[in-house]
Amino acid sequence: MPSYTLKVNGQARTINVAADTPLLWALRDNLDLVGTKYGCGMGLCGACTVHLNGVAVRSCQTPVSAVGNMPVTTIEGLDPAGQHPLQQAWCDHDVPQCGYCQAGQIMTAAAFLKSTPHPSEGEIDVAMAGNLCRCGTYLRIRAAIKDAANGTTKEAVK
Amino acid sequence: MKPSTKVSRRDFIRVSSLAGGGFALSLALPGEGWAQVSHALDDTAKQFTPNPFIRITPENIITILAKNPETGQGVKTSLPMIVAEELDADFSTIVIEQAGLRGDMGPQFAGGSRSTPDNYMRLRQAGATARAMLVEAAAQTWGVPAAELTTDKGKVIHAPTGRSLTYGQLATKAATLPIPDEKTVRLKKEGEFRVIGSRVGGVDNPAIVTGQRLFGIDQKLPGMVYAALEKCPVYGGKLVSANIDRIKKLPGVLDCFVIEGTDNISGLRPGVAIIATSTWAAFSAKKNLYVEWDESVGAGHGSEAYTTKAAELAKTGGTNLRNDGDVTAAFASAAKVVEGAYFYPFLNHATLEPQGCTAWARDGGIEFWTTSQTPGSGQDLVAKTLNIPKDKVKLNFVRGGGGFGRRLANDYMVEAAAIALRTNGAPVKLTWTREDDMRQDCYHRPGGYHYLKGAVDGQGKLSAWHDHFVTFGFNATDKPASSAGMSPDELPARFVPNFRLDQSIIATNVPTGPMRAPGSNGLAFVMQGFIDELAHAAGRDPVVFRLELLGADRVVPPSAGQRGVPYDATRMKGVVKAAAEKSGWGSPLPKGEGRGVAFHFSHSGYVAMVAHVAVAQDGTLLVKEVTAVSDVGPIVNLSGAENQVEGSVNDGLGAIWLQEMTYEEGRAVQSNFHDFPLLRINSSPTKIGVHFIQSNNPPTGLGEPPYPVVPPAICNAIFAATGKRIRRWPITKSDLSWT
Repeated sequence: MPSYTLKVNGQARTINVAADTPLLWALRDNLDLVGTKYGCGMGLCGACTVHLNGVAVRSCQTPVSAVGNMPVTTIEGLDPAGQHPLQQAWCDHDVPQCGYCQAGQIMTAAAFLKSTPHPSEGEIDVAMAGNLCRCGTYLRIRAAIKDAANGTTKEAVK
Repeated sequence: MKPSTKVSRRDFIRVSSLAGGGFALSLALPGEGWAQVSHALDDTAKQFTPNPFIRITPENIITILAKNPETGQGVKTSLPMIVAEELDADFSTIVIEQAGLRGDMGPQFAGGSRSTPDNYMRLRQAGATARAMLVEAAAQTWGVPAAELTTDKGKVIHAPTGRSLTYGQLATKAATLPIPDEKTVRLKKEGEFRVIGSRVGGVDNPAIVTGQRLFGIDQKLPGMVYAALEKCPVYGGKLVSANIDRIKKLPGVLDCFVIEGTDNISGLRPGVAIIATSTWAAFSAKKNLYVEWDESVGAGHGSEAYTTKAAELAKTGGTNLRNDGDVTAAFASAAKVVEGAYFYPFLNHATLEPQGCTAWARDGGIEFWTTSQTPGSGQDLVAKTLNIPKDKVKLNFVRGGGGFGRRLANDYMVEAAAIALRTNGAPVKLTWTREDDMRQDCYHRPGGYHYLKGAVDGQGKLSAWHDHFVTFGFNATDKPASSAGMSPDELPARFVPNFRLDQSIIATNVPTGPMRAPGSNGLAFVMQGFIDELAHAAGRDPVVFRLELLGADRVVPPSAGQRGVPYDATRMKGVVKAAAEKSGWGSPLPKGEGRGVAFHFSHSGYVAMVAHVAVAQDGTLLVKEVTAVSDVGPIVNLSGAENQVEGSVNDGLGAIWLQEMTYEEGRAVQSNFHDFPLLRINSSPTKIGVHFIQSNNPPTGLGEPPYPVVPPAICNAIFAATGKRIRRWPITKSDLSWT
């Protein structure tokens, strides 16, 4: 099997996998980064969202062979201390129910806030429309993104 | 130590020497079956483990075990909160540890919204017992009466002398004390609660937002291999042949073999298993698998055929299930008579984490890392199906990415076990593809047809109701399939003088079973929709009409011979009135907007909602606001409870708006989220008002009761906005445009 060296969360990691292996499964099975989730395998749910060269992409639709030298950031590498404003806001608002989709939600939101630091509610809805939450935590996702964008750390919970 | 059921609580106290120089302490807690506890205490740690739920070390690390499986309903947080309340410990400093399946915690399952009601007293007593022992340990240490001592945030305090000791400092002494009679253990009064009723964030939130290993699909063990499983697209189909030899030669494939399986649809179904070096290798090989199936069992089964059959059956009399008063006479003398045929479809659970399981077979036993909602049943299923002694089947609970009733079944567990027996001792992780999950759901929410006729009298009151319910039987027409039955007590039965319920059954090969608020999740749409039709036919306000239907303040018992719990009309009227008040019911709205009201009682919970929708002239639906009022008694975790209601609103809205499973020749047609859509954020309401009436009733669960109320509230609002009545689920099948 061919060998690929991926730049993941600032580290060069070499793996031997089939060329058509989606980045999702390389991350999960080969690199043991399991925060990126499998939901649909068709780019429909957003649970597998990672940053490729700073852009939010569906890792289930990104073959390892297409990654090249572009840096990959996963939820594990979003912030070295796990203290990204979105991660804090997610806890402040007690967003998760089952929690399965939330890493993907946060990765989409993080890329979105970089390009749109002060979004309107409508812009948030458009940006986040590709990420499904089966538990229906959308109200809290909206609120958490707004807080992170405003730099306000609310003690909504606790 | 053998468990005993006939001895007093004090007799359960046993201290005996163990080989390692430690000792074992055992006790029983009240509850179903008086489970016995037996714990080895590490002599070096000198921990205080008065019961299976609490562990306190001399280093003052307080650990509370979360007893039930967590799939997003919040019990990993809320159940330990109940223990912490009576233990009088600071919840934010407590370590929460997920328990696995053990024999000493009482029933460990996540279903029927039972976690809170079944465990509330059990866990309070567990916390209070530990607290009493820590107080006694302090009393003995200081030589003062226990009555002079108080506790606060994990400390015992002697106010007269200003002394205090942490629970950790008292742990070793407390571990030597006899366990007090539960009747002498003081429980807090409700006004003294500091943890129960507060807002606590989910204990796994930090791990979730940083992507740590947590879920079923995340498990990894040394030398683990990966598996996929192909099953017949028609439920009950048989395997004829498969190109196994070719699959075995594919890259990354370690093995491929036929699983003969059993006839148990929720158990080990026949299939072809692929074991590979990675999930992708297994999935890729699966695409190259060619299996010839005998699908004859599905011949003639399909959604269109079912609908045709239902219409035919509706013209027959059906089997009478209830006949109160005289509907025929009431229809003849009615002021208004309305008829309507309602339909709700089959639904998939569609948990975002597909089914799967990690299993490791070794030393004649098997260990699981499972997301099951009913792990005890899973243990039984594995033991029985694969002939493994039950005590050799060990279960660890791992977080499930959504449950909604899907994980009440344990098919994925017994599949993983059957595969694990073929890996020469390597642990194996089985992962279902989304398509497997959609098409191989081992039971679907059953569809149903209701042919309704109702009447209002000259006073504008509901006077007669006749429902011919056409439902499904699993390959049979003599009784409804799982979750496809309807109680003859279902409202408005017992609340209308002339009531008739008839039933006909269509045989289906599609297995059905519980999904969030089983039964109720379809019935409420029908009953609350048709009640709304009758209110409008009578020219009455839909809220007032409903309050009149519920009648005088009273508790309505189940009818003779019916199972079920009493229906408290007072509590239901309370939530209906509150929903109307908090939603601004009756205030004017622009053209194209409307409000709809609905209520429903399920899982001992009383819920009413008002939905406010706007429908554009081209039929585009916007749900502006949903106001939900629930009475489930006291709330344990306010943040978690509000989240459950908000989630139920979005879940119910997605289901009624978008979702339907259909079948052709016994095969499920839908396969992924493009043809079985979930609600997206840009379609979810911008505002959901969540309110609780924290009545003085015993606490009951909240995961299910709000969900069934959403579809009728939305559809009734659409009617108010457009004059278009939705009788066929999902809404996307109707044209909502207006001029």
